[in-house]
Amino acid sequence: MFKKLITGALSAAIAFGASYTVVHADDELYIPMLSYRTGPFGGNGTPFANGFHDYLAMLNTRDGGIGGAKLVMEECETAYNAQKGVECYEATKGKGALVYNPLSTGITLQLIPKSPVDKIPVLQMGYGLSAAAMGETFPWTFAYPTSYWSQMSSILKYIDMNGGLKGKKIGFIYLDVGYGREPIPLLEQLAPEMGFELAMFPVAGKEMQAQSAQWLNVRKERPDWMIMWGWGAMNATAVKEAAKTRYPLDRFIGNWWSGAHADLVPVGEAGKGYIAANFSGIGTDFPALQDVIKHVVDAGKSQADPSTVGNVLYNRGLYNAVLVSEAIRAAQKLTGKTKIDGTDMRLGLENFVLDQARLAEIGLPGFTGDVKGDCKDHEGAGGVFMQQWNGSDWEKITDPISPMTDVVQPLLAAAAEAYKADKPEWKGQTCG
Amino acid sequence: MGSFVYSILGDPFVQMWQMPDFFIQVIWEGFVSGVLYALIALGFVLIFKASGIFNFAQGIMVVFSGLTLVGLHALGVPAFIALFTTLGVMYALAFGVERLVLRNLVNQPDIILFMATIGLTNILIGGGQWIFGSETKSMITTELLIPTGSSVWEPNGGLVIFQHIDIAAAIIAALLIVSLALFFSKTKIGRALRAVADDHQASLSVGISLNQIWVITWFAAGIVALVAGIMWGARSDVSFSLQIIALKALPVLVLGGFTSVPGAIVGGLIIGIGEKLFEIYWGPLLGSGVEGWFAYVIALVFLVFRPQGLFGEKIIERV
Amino acid sequence: MFFREAGQFKTSYNEYLQAFPLREDRIGIAIWIALAVFYVPFFGLPGLEYTFAMNAIMIPVAIFTITALGLNILVGFTGQISLGTGAFMGVGAYACYKLTTYFPDVNIIIIILASGFVSAAVGALFGLPSLRIKGFYLIVATLAAQFFLEWCFIRVEWLYNYNPSGAIEVPQREVFGIIVTGAAASPATRYLVVLGILIFLTIIAGNLVRGRVGRSWMMIRDMDIAAELIGVRPLRAKLSAFAVSSYYCGVSGALMVFLWLGAAEVESFDVNHSFLYLFMVIFGGLGSITGSYMGAAFIWTFPILLKELGKRVFDIDSIVMENVSLVAIGVLIVFILIKEPHGLARLWQLGKQKLRIWPFAH
Repeated sequence: MFKKLITGALSAAIAFGASYTVVHADDELYIPMLSYRTGPFGGNGTPFANGFHDYLAMLNTRDGGIGGAKLVMEECETAYNAQKGVECYEATKGKGALVYNPLSTGITLQLIPKSPVDKIPVLQMGYGLSAAAMGETFPWTFAYPTSYWSQMSSILKYIDMNGGLKGKKIGFIYLDVGYGREPIPLLEQLAPEMGFELAMFPVAGKEMQAQSAQWLNVRKERPDWMIMWGWGAMNATAVKEAAKTRYPLDRFIGNWWSGAHADLVPVGEAGKGYIAANFSGIGTDFPALQDVIKHVVDAGKSQADPSTVGNVLYNRGLYNAVLVSEAIRAAQKLTGKTKIDGTDMRLGLENFVLDQARLAEIGLPGFTGDVKGDCKDHEGAGGVFMQQWNGSDWEKITDPISPMTDVVQPLLAAAAEAYKADKPEWKGQTCG
Repeated sequence: MGSFVYSILGDPFVQMWQMPDFFIQVIWEGFVSGVLYALIALGFVLIFKASGIFNFAQGIMVVFSGLTLVGLHALGVPAFIALFTTLGVMYALAFGVERLVLRNLVNQPDIILFMATIGLTNILIGGGQWIFGSETKSMITTELLIPTGSSVWEPNGGLVIFQHIDIAAAIIAALLIVSLALFFSKTKIGRALRAVADDHQASLSVGISLNQIWVITWFAAGIVALVAGIMWGARSDVSFSLQIIALKALPVLVLGGFTSVPGAIVGGLIIGIGEKLFEIYWGPLLGSGVEGWFAYVIALVFLVFRPQGLFGEKIIERV
Repeated sequence: MFFREAGQFKTSYNEYLQAFPLREDRIGIAIWIALAVFYVPFFGLPGLEYTFAMNAIMIPVAIFTITALGLNILVGFTGQISLGTGAFMGVGAYACYKLTTYFPDVNIIIIILASGFVSAAVGALFGLPSLRIKGFYLIVATLAAQFFLEWCFIRVEWLYNYNPSGAIEVPQREVFGIIVTGAAASPATRYLVVLGILIFLTIIAGNLVRGRVGRSWMMIRDMDIAAELIGVRPLRAKLSAFAVSSYYCGVSGALMVFLWLGAAEVESFDVNHSFLYLFMVIFGGLGSITGSYMGAAFIWTFPILLKELGKRVFDIDSIVMENVSLVAIGVLIVFILIKEPHGLARLWQLGKQKLRIWPFAH
């Protein structure tokens, strides 16, 4: 027994040591993927990771990478767990990581203070710390294409356009963790300003599949509109419960993490009419997606189930990869180097331009609104539109609704100041 | 101060009085979730009675059986064949657990067996995710001929909605419990099970095979888990986060007693209805979302006064 | 051959009662400590990249060893099963956060050690039911603590200074001019601070369990009624076990957030983590100080090494390895419970026994 144990341990150690190689060649760009395909939110993390991976893999096969440099993606499973997030960060940062996209607010919050020290930017696309939109305070964190607060203001605008906000009662049902609570300060400030009443319905993370109490409360409070900040299994359950309590679904709006195929396919016909925000195109009717299907999915290089390609979260992951690749291109152009590092990447993220012309050029015409890298504004102007579930698929029902920048901006500035306040050593940047 | 006391002692009851239809709805919703808690607790009780093992894996068995059923159906197996295959899988699981785990841990202290079931939980989580993936899946409700849709009752202009699925859940749970009771009292195996629950040594001496009995109890717990998985899956969906909700069966057990089948049912209903009432009428005082811990706190308070539960046998300790 | 106790005679009671009566043990411990203090902070671990070795392995292992020590005091030494470890760690972390905001100038190490007392108080409070209930019923009491505290961490906004993200973010703090917390602190500094606290707490735990208090805990564990009859006061014994255990958990929670994660929200203290810590204790060995070290090291590093191994040697996706390691840990738990219910610590002891007579068979 002991001999076996000892020989086993030794041989494992030798195999491990012998395989120790991390160096990446000069013409390789290393992009770590802190994804999650397991754990409570794995069902939503999987299509996102697939979209992200497949677009970059497509660039590799079709164009030979970016600017002649091959892209190396390494996936590290975080299971949406902050502790595993650290492990993945440490396992990958030394290999020349260009940028982190953790797809978890918890992990993002840990990485934000580390990014200036390790000189690797964080791109929190549509999640994370809202305040990170302030480029002067957070030089290393990027929140393109827009922040939660801006999104909430777009949703409120949509409600205002459809029958007015004044005198209405807005219900807010949210996952009771940092992510779900993020928009509350904005709601609380806007409620008296815009004259609506607010009712809160928190859903505890572990109770996300038992929401009958929340929806009984909804029935009691009778809000005119419901807004949801959910993720994972919470979304499907909420829509089901709403349908069960006969809440009009076309007055129930989810944020962009509450409106995926993964959420509504299990609900099916019963979810007809439910609305959700989104900022990335739906479907595969884009030349770039056709390229992804041709070069990656059909070639068997993707982990994605082919029927999920073009789904909301797949396309969102793909959009994240587009932002990364555009920033790499911008950085290569600015520095004249093929193999860039994290510092160059940061410059790229502040200087890329992804307007409609460029979107058409890369094969994604009309996929999303214009986003432009900027030193001061790390958020961009959004391009949040509304989509509606027709019983089997999502349909775009509005044009992009611009956020109420005038309201959101001062709040973002205040939050950024608050973040800095207890960190005297925090270094911002000044934008010219 | 006065208004605070009123908001605790007065206002909730006034609300109940003013909106009786809503009050009935709350009770009904609580009743249905109570039935589901009771089903999960029932699985715990079966195993605890027969082997004294606190089976922590009962929650994940609910998820696992539901996933197996849905997964088999997704492979193209017709619904009812999938249902029976799932039963076969649950039997295989019971057999494997007995052969590979329990048999090797005979006569170990309870805590060791409890921890072995935590290990089993890990195996089922990892294995389940590996085989079926971690996406949320919808239960094959209509394929299993479970009614969907709802009925409306309008007493005096009010509105109470009864989901057919909830009614079905209550009926199926009742049938399951009755058939288990019959099985325990009328069959030979059932009597053997009760004998084992009473005294391991004595039942061994009259020729009852402990190993066989354990396989049967774990299989029975597996069946209960499957029923709970189907019902819960039909109400929300099948996903791994159900496993944590299944922990709610623990306060139910504490209320009902670890060894009492009627206790599991009564305890489940008390917890289910109690937590809904508290959440709806008193929860807003605490900022809502108290459902997560309320059941545990009730159980805790209850324990201090009656450590053996409502229907549990009196704990007698000897040195 | 190397491990002989022949010829080591004790000439006084003090010698007889020392923690490590064998010279070989003393040398062994000295070597381990020397490696941990003088080698690891400078060179990391062989075969692994330095910052990875420090931030992903050594620092968390040291922190979780403190957790495991604390949990072992409760589960292993006093026999009270707890599934509330994660929440007690959270109490320590949030207490530490509040203390740093109120006393920004106090030495952070003192604050971390002080925040354990808040956790100890909360732990003792939730330990009160243990006087009436025991065994599996107590699990429900600790789960009540877990879920209630989790709710508090998100609902009592005061705890995280009304941060809209609902998270606590660690400020930068210096001790004697060296940056200890925050992203700018070097891994070596943070590791050495954690290690120092770990060694300090290990010495205390070792002496507690050897002494009168520890003996009363073990009597309660082995048979509480008998213990009561011969004069052990269950109130004092059980509550002190809860308090001491929660103190350790609280300190490790504060260390986890301040010296390792850098920011945390309630998710870092959820019930799944409580299971993880229980695994460490089971695996390492119930009622063993050495076992706490081994269990924490094993349970934490095993999935990481498995993942790296899968990636480097067999080229398997990290997602598959994640599930494989879940299953493997479950299998190993069952396996070790069957083969050796006293965990790795017992194996270690057996190994030492073998070493004593090696190379001869008897």
